[in-house]
Amino acid sequence: MIKELAKSIREYKKTSIVTPLLVSLEVVMECIIPFIIAMLVNQIKNGSDLGVIIKYGLVLIVMAGLSLLFGALAGSTCATASCGLAKNLRKDIFHSIQNYSFENIDKFLTSSLVTRITTDVTNVQNAYMMIIRVAIRAPLMLVFAFVMAFVMGGKMAWIFVVVIPILAIGLSIVIYKTVPLFRKVFKKYDNLNSSIQENIKGMRVVKSYVREDYEEKKFDRAAADVCADFTRAERILAWNGPLMQFCIYAVMAFVLTFGSYTIITSRGLELDVGQFSALLTYSFMMLSSLMMLSMVFVMITMASESGKRIVEVLKEKSNIENPKNPVYEVADGSIVFDNVNFKYSEKAERMALSNINLKIKSGETIGIIGGTGSSKSSLIQLIPRLYDATEGVVKVGGVDVRDYDLKTLRDQVAVVLQKNVLFSGTIRENLCWGNKDATDEEIVHACKLAQADEFVSQFPHGYNTYIEQGGSNVSGGQKQRLCIARALLKKPKILILDDSTSAVDTKTDAGIRKAMREYIPETTKIIIAQRTASVEDADRILVMDGGTIQAIGTHEQLLAENDIYREIYISQNKAGDSSENK
Amino acid sequence: MKTNNRNNVHQGVVKRLLKMMFQFYPVMLPVTLVCIVFSAIVGSVPAVFMQNIIAVIEQSWQSGDWSSVSTKILTLAGILIVFYVLSLIVSFTFGQFMAIITQGTLKKLREKMFQQMQGLPIKYFDTHNHGDIMSHYTNDIDTLRQMISQSFPQLLISAITVITIFGIMIYYCVWLTIVVLIGVVLMLFITGKIGGGSAKYFFRQQIALGKVEGFAEEMMNGQKVIKVFCHEKESEADFDRLNDQLFEESERANKYANMLGPILNNIGNVLYVVVAVTGGILLALGVPNLSLSGLPIGISIVVPFLNMTKQFAGNINQVSQQVNAVVMGIAGTSRIFDLLDQKPEVDDGYVTLVNVRERDGVLTECEERTNVWAWKHVHQADKSVTYTKLAGDVRLFDVDFQYEEGKPILHNISLYAKPGQKVAFVGSTGAGKTTITNLLNRFYDIADGKIRYDGININKIKKSDLRHSLGIVLQETNLFTGTVMENIRYGKLDATDQECIAAAKLVGADDFITRLPAGYQTYISGNGANLSQGQRQLLSIARAAVADPPVMILDEATSSIDTRTEAIVQRGMDALMNGRTVFVIAHRLSTVKNADVIIVLDHGHIIERGTHEDLLAQKGQYYQLYTGAFELE
Repeated sequence: MIKELAKSIREYKKTSIVTPLLVSLEVVMECIIPFIIAMLVNQIKNGSDLGVIIKYGLVLIVMAGLSLLFGALAGSTCATASCGLAKNLRKDIFHSIQNYSFENIDKFLTSSLVTRITTDVTNVQNAYMMIIRVAIRAPLMLVFAFVMAFVMGGKMAWIFVVVIPILAIGLSIVIYKTVPLFRKVFKKYDNLNSSIQENIKGMRVVKSYVREDYEEKKFDRAAADVCADFTRAERILAWNGPLMQFCIYAVMAFVLTFGSYTIITSRGLELDVGQFSALLTYSFMMLSSLMMLSMVFVMITMASESGKRIVEVLKEKSNIENPKNPVYEVADGSIVFDNVNFKYSEKAERMALSNINLKIKSGETIGIIGGTGSSKSSLIQLIPRLYDATEGVVKVGGVDVRDYDLKTLRDQVAVVLQKNVLFSGTIRENLCWGNKDATDEEIVHACKLAQADEFVSQFPHGYNTYIEQGGSNVSGGQKQRLCIARALLKKPKILILDDSTSAVDTKTDAGIRKAMREYIPETTKIIIAQRTASVEDADRILVMDGGTIQAIGTHEQLLAENDIYREIYISQNKAGDSSENK
Repeated sequence: MKTNNRNNVHQGVVKRLLKMMFQFYPVMLPVTLVCIVFSAIVGSVPAVFMQNIIAVIEQSWQSGDWSSVSTKILTLAGILIVFYVLSLIVSFTFGQFMAIITQGTLKKLREKMFQQMQGLPIKYFDTHNHGDIMSHYTNDIDTLRQMISQSFPQLLISAITVITIFGIMIYYCVWLTIVVLIGVVLMLFITGKIGGGSAKYFFRQQIALGKVEGFAEEMMNGQKVIKVFCHEKESEADFDRLNDQLFEESERANKYANMLGPILNNIGNVLYVVVAVTGGILLALGVPNLSLSGLPIGISIVVPFLNMTKQFAGNINQVSQQVNAVVMGIAGTSRIFDLLDQKPEVDDGYVTLVNVRERDGVLTECEERTNVWAWKHVHQADKSVTYTKLAGDVRLFDVDFQYEEGKPILHNISLYAKPGQKVAFVGSTGAGKTTITNLLNRFYDIADGKIRYDGININKIKKSDLRHSLGIVLQETNLFTGTVMENIRYGKLDATDQECIAAAKLVGADDFITRLPAGYQTYISGNGANLSQGQRQLLSIARAAVADPPVMILDEATSSIDTRTEAIVQRGMDALMNGRTVFVIAHRLSTVKNADVIIVLDHGHIIERGTHEDLLAQKGQYYQLYTGAFELE
């Protein structure tokens, strides 16, 4: 995991190495300063010359200056290194997601990907900052202060040999007890938050069923649960403070009593007042660095979860790659399925598509009808190579789709997906996804074909109307029409509409099909629909059932020969009549 | 300019928060405060004992005679240890209490926010980004946690320690105190400069982070579209730009924050040296002391003074570390208060829905569930009570409506639905179909006109009872984490398992539910991510069926199910509609044909109305719509 994350340090290697060096120098300074101060105190005590005192003072100020310089520089390089790592991690995550195939995308929830880019990266950033700064500083400080304590205090320093393990053991117990608790409670906390999200999204349902009180009670229960666990963990963690205090007090009490005894009995030979106060300073340094160390440890354990989640995304490799010598030209809009079998993942037991053999001529209009789970969408997603066929070959323009340059193929095979989205930006910007350099005429033309021009020009800002995130300020039908226009702008050789007019009223739906027939006759059109009305005028209609092509034919043929088709047709057209007969 | 605005609007946030905490913990919080104060004072007194002990040592170290001073030193040390023990007890109590108070306050605030949110009108949710509402519960609460558990106690401890030490300093030596004060002013100045700068950039970092998050979320949501349009490079470039911005802000913010520590620390060191040297000069020159204690300047004063200087500087350093947390905490708190201060949905209806018993045409109210319902209308003029049987008669009179001032959506809508009648709305998207249904259950209030339910103006009906009497199946299905059974029971909380299963059977959902791994006990999460669209819709229809209201609103509910499932849904729906007043927005011919009246809407106006046959005969808009789908044959 660490190796994988470390790859993202890149240009911040220098600052990452310099930081601990600077920190070490700072620690050295910080540890020598009390030593010199002790000498200074003794000089003062002995009533030395002002000159000597000032000399020591100047040395100290220079050292403090150096310590400041090293510390500030370390702080700065540390910020650069850790923020830089975070930047690269975010970048690497985002870029690797961009390379995902549909199969990879299916594996992750959107919300979990977003959390990885934000919260998880921030956790790693903070941990990294800790590692290159505090994790170096604390042990160094501990060792230095320990050594200095012996140099200054002689046998007095043995007290630390007793106290340090006590604190270390105490802190370890606290960590040992809290870390699993925190892990558990963070999971609960996530669930609590996702239930809030659910509530916000379903507010219309909550309100129409007057379930506000019910939701409150449900929430209160969950919140109380989270609170109880958090409190338990925090209360254990709160032992840290008194524990630390106990150790400091123990050292101070010891130094004050035994120290005074030593000074007096040895007549100031073994210990003097200056060393006496320096000992106290060192004790504080040692114990607080131990405390720091325990905090760093907790942070790293917490962050390691985040690290794992990030690596999971980074390691996920796309299974659809550009071929070595790709074909950059799609000859025409013909499609061939040759003995195609397909399943969504290797582990899947059931084939989503089996034994598909199909030839579509360039310029043909094909309708596809079938129930949920009949794999209509799976079938068409193989054409622009959104997924690869498990067995068999899919050919476009007479060439295996796996031989094409991906961009070339996908530009020529335009799919309007079932779950389609518009992005925040103006309508024009959204449409230009289809063609960056589209002229105004081309845009308007595409919109006219998609029956979108009329409503767009009625907006006060027309094509410059700003679309909110997720297209929330246009209706479902308008969104679908804009998505169709966006695909038309590609001027593709094959156009696939995957149930793309479900929210469009029947008249507009018919209008779109009419326009496509008249204006882009040479384009192969594949229309997946729920309504037989949407495919009736197609050259051929496929009836899909359970991942196989059940029948192919014209509307009239299927109506006469195919039970499924007839059943669907009747249910959609004769329902009114049958009830009238009742 | 924006930050200024923020500060102006939210004066007194901290005061309000503290007041709230006092209300939550009227005993525990004061006790905790006393503990903090006590532990801060105890933390400062060792300096006094040290001074005393050193003074004793100074007098007698040359003698080397321990026995003569042992009692004195041991007594002092004994008292000190008593203080230490007290301090340990106090700080332990304070730690435990603080953990309870912090988590408890957060919990209560969460509950308050959630409760408040449940009471907000739909308009709030329609006009606010859901992610922003969500961040009150996550980011804002997190900043609050930091502020309550760390910053507040730290600030209090530091303030008291500084005051106590200051007192002790003056007690010993005014000259040295002045030196320390100069240093402190300098440190505060730097904290203000650097700390303020760091807080500013942390703010910007949050904004930049929000942008990255928003962008990433949008792109991840549309990831498949990006693939289809080969738009990866563009979206990467956009992301990199935002990401670089975030890097710059966070680098700056962290640089400032990281540098503040060493700078203050070393100013503390320099201050230490200056105090030492000044002390030395004072000693050497034999300057007369100015102090409350009247003690002469001696090593026994200079040494503890040095320790106090260190403590003083340390506390300032501690305070400075909290600057960011406090600034962010205040911003988070004021956003939370913003939510709490939102105006909740008003419900001043007084006509309520009650269970009644009917005998000889007379309705009498009763406690138990009779499944016969009536509107209880207490007339405001004379306090007389009338009961109107719940029937499901809905009438709209000249209704006008607008979501935004100056943008009317509905004009002059008048229509009626007698009990058991089916009204179908037809019209292009944006014609106002959904809006009408929003008005029936008072998600929004009409601007002009009247809506009557069983002859009663719906403005007089208590909202909760009005909504109880209206079932709704929305286009977008929302399920809740829990079992299938729980989701169906959402329609009627006291429904038995049998009732839920019966409802599922009625709408044809039973079939697929029993085939789920755990049947009715199958756990669904993430809005039923493991169910198909059609299955989710069936569940939401079953949920409406178990509620069994006299009036149903169906909003394009059948538009995206496949034909086979739709046939099942259609049958269930027919069963559900049977005997109910129904308002339906549909594209389905079958539903429309079965309607008692079809209302054709265009830009908020009713342009045609009548039965299927009437409208076909009229050869107007409906005829065009209807035939439009079939002229392709």
